Amino acid sequence: MNALRQLLRRPANRIHSVRGGVHPDDRKALAASAPITELALPARLDLPLQQHIGASAAPLVRKGQRVAKGEPIARAQGPISAPLHAPTSGRVIAIAERPAHHPSGLAMPTISIEPDGEERWYGALTPCDDPFALDPGAIAERVAAAGIVGLGGATFPAAVKLNLGASHPLHTLVINGAECEPYLTCDDRLMREHAEAVIDGARIMAHALGVGGILVAIEDNKPEAAAAIETAAAGFDAITPIRVPTRYPMGSERHLVQALIGRETPARALTAQLGVVVHNPATAFAVHQALRLGQPLIARVITLSGAAIARPANLWVPLGTPVETLIAHCGGLTEEDARLVSGGPMMGQPLPSPQVPTTKGCNAILALGAAERAPGRTMPCTRCGRCVEVCPCGLVPLELGAHIRAGDLEGAAERGLHDCLGCGSCAYTCPSQQPLAQYIAHAKGELAARERARRKQAETKALAERRTARLEAIKRAKREAMAKRKREAARKQAEQQTETEH
Amino acid sequence: MHIAPPAIAGPFVHGGASIARDMRLVMLALLPATLFGLWQFGWPALLLFAVTLATVVVTEALCLWLAERPLRPFLGDGSALLTGWLLALSLPPWAPWWIGVIGGVIAILIAKQVFGGIGQNPFNPAMVARVALLIAFPVEMTSFVTPAPLGSDAAPGLGAALAIVQGGAPIDAYSGATTLGVVRTALDQGEALGGILGASFAPLDAALGLHGGSLGETSALLLLLGGLGLILTRVIGWQIPAAMLGTLALLATVMHLHDPTHYPDATYHLLGGATMLGAFFIATDPTTSPVSARGRLIFGAGCGLLVYVIRTWAGYPEGVAFAVLLMNACTPVIDHYVRPRIHGRDRRGRPLVGAESPEARR
Repeated sequence: MNALRQLLRRPANRIHSVRGGVHPDDRKALAASAPITELALPARLDLPLQQHIGASAAPLVRKGQRVAKGEPIARAQGPISAPLHAPTSGRVIAIAERPAHHPSGLAMPTISIEPDGEERWYGALTPCDDPFALDPGAIAERVAAAGIVGLGGATFPAAVKLNLGASHPLHTLVINGAECEPYLTCDDRLMREHAEAVIDGARIMAHALGVGGILVAIEDNKPEAAAAIETAAAGFDAITPIRVPTRYPMGSERHLVQALIGRETPARALTAQLGVVVHNPATAFAVHQALRLGQPLIARVITLSGAAIARPANLWVPLGTPVETLIAHCGGLTEEDARLVSGGPMMGQPLPSPQVPTTKGCNAILALGAAERAPGRTMPCTRCGRCVEVCPCGLVPLELGAHIRAGDLEGAAERGLHDCLGCGSCAYTCPSQQPLAQYIAHAKGELAARERARRKQAETKALAERRTARLEAIKRAKREAMAKRKREAARKQAEQQTETEH
Repeated sequence: MHIAPPAIAGPFVHGGASIARDMRLVMLALLPATLFGLWQFGWPALLLFAVTLATVVVTEALCLWLAERPLRPFLGDGSALLTGWLLALSLPPWAPWWIGVIGGVIAILIAKQVFGGIGQNPFNPAMVARVALLIAFPVEMTSFVTPAPLGSDAAPGLGAALAIVQGGAPIDAYSGATTLGVVRTALDQGEALGGILGASFAPLDAALGLHGGSLGETSALLLLLGGLGLILTRVIGWQIPAAMLGTLALLATVMHLHDPTHYPDATYHLLGGATMLGAFFIATDPTTSPVSARGRLIFGAGCGLLVYVIRTWAGYPEGVAFAVLLMNACTPVIDHYVRPRIHGRDRRGRPLVGAESPEARR
């Protein structure tokens, strides 16, 4: 009877159902058992000025200048931006365009530092003994100054999200330790090895947000991380660790929030509208380091994995370390034509070359062997509907794909193109291997480019119209002045005439 | 080190599903019922089956060659083979060979490749062929035989089978109509249902398939097993079979309760004719059925309704092929109007209001 009552009673931390999703082979065993190890300093570090969403940073240093570890080398520009700090002490050897950590391989303004090996810390660091005594705004300021961005891969400046309390009534901070992408183990290892720091960072963020509750969500394929977090959180009533089912894309912010609180985030809105802010455990760890030790974001954990990596690992990597250095540290590549991916195999980006630097948003470098990759023979769509079944956003990907293939991007937009989160479940599950995620990414990019072009054209038109109006006004003024002078002259002449007549 | 050229975008891994795998699983699910049918109807059925399959493969290859498409991936996906297989299962088991040939050509050439091949056909190819044959060759398409299992005295040998398949041998000696046909004719002649059914319908025999009928439609039980296997392996969804069988059973039950002397009960409809083959293997054809779960429920229910209406009031004793084709015609409309609700939006596509739960707007 008691057992029955227990069964019937709604558990306090009930996981709500979320639509769709897939169960990819998680391949986490490759790297999950490798503890986080520190990487030796490379010969040079390249730090692109744009490593975050928003305006790129502006350099604060000159070529040849000596910098200390943690010293600001570029400042944020505008409200959505992030500064950069020197990952180690050394000399600025160049500020120039270099190939970026981006599928295009295009060059981007980059500050290059040659380490001097001294690891001399910047003097002006300001550790804080009791962050909870600080004003919430002051915490956000310190987080902003530390250059912390969303380390789950989104790279949205973390401080902007910590200020959401000002505009939204918030009640919960969610630490998103789902890590639903296959292969990735960086958050897993961080939570296992630094659970207390992660929990501390989460508490500091909760203080900044002014929320009472913290949920730490971890997919149930990471029992060690969950256990470590449960132990670290044991002393705090406000923190509830929750094991969520392993299902991709559980780590999608909106879907995780739905699983946890049972409500959908309205389209085009933030989860803050439901009173929830989501942060990554690595971000929480960085906040802990920034507040407690005063250290800015200058390194992060990166998973090196994939069948073509000789020794998969989780590395503590100074920002700006070349990808090839990481690969070499892990014993190099074991396969001739490995595919390099930055991030997870589902939503990650292809890397054009191993010479690019690692950035704040890079949580993994994968070298996928031929056997792991999608074979890539596209067949016609048979309308089997599997993509519809797995789409966590309730879209009809096959229909979007058909519209995009036919060039009807507006038609795709009317059918929810912009509600797609880009998780790739559709393409993963498609028996015909239609590149649905690729179609959708292309359409989004193309529509954004058109919108920019349209706006630019409108701006140009407005400028041209204003110029014409201005010229018209000048002409009119000239004409009027001329007419006035003529009138004046005529009047004067008339006056003179009358004078002479008198 | 040599690095593979970057793919444009992820995902870089794949779940491993393929059209060929789906088709193979469907054929595997059909195997028990097919083997049973072949055993039950002997050599003539086997020859017809082989001729039909050979025809669809040759026709598909020819069309692919004409369309300048690669043979290997498209022929290798097994879709043409499955179409031929399903067509053969729906034919009278001792039909002459040219029925299989004409049917195969209609299915592949006219119903599939003319529209652009796999994934493009609006109507189920096997059912288009079956209906075309039924209208063009009504005698051959309604000449059913009572089972003469291989090894029994009644079974024709290979020589006799060749004569039968060539259409040269009179099959009157073996002939017997399907249960649906007998009941329909008798009802039309004003006989009482109880008497007819007692003489021609035994639920257990119908479930096992020990009665006359199309080559692979007789054993409802084996087809049901195969169909459930397909649902378990997620090759097909449960929605279409459940909605189709449920609607058919519901209508039959209601009408039977209303007037038991004219309307047979649900077991008769579920076990007779092509119901099971249709519900699990024909109506679930992905290309010609809706893509959303709710759309599939509507589609299945429509199939069930039409099967009942045609069997009960229209000019043919069996209506699965017609019902599926009619609902195929509705598929684009269903897909246009019935779509999943987008995450964060209500059914009309407006963003949810913050305080509201999605359930409230459903």
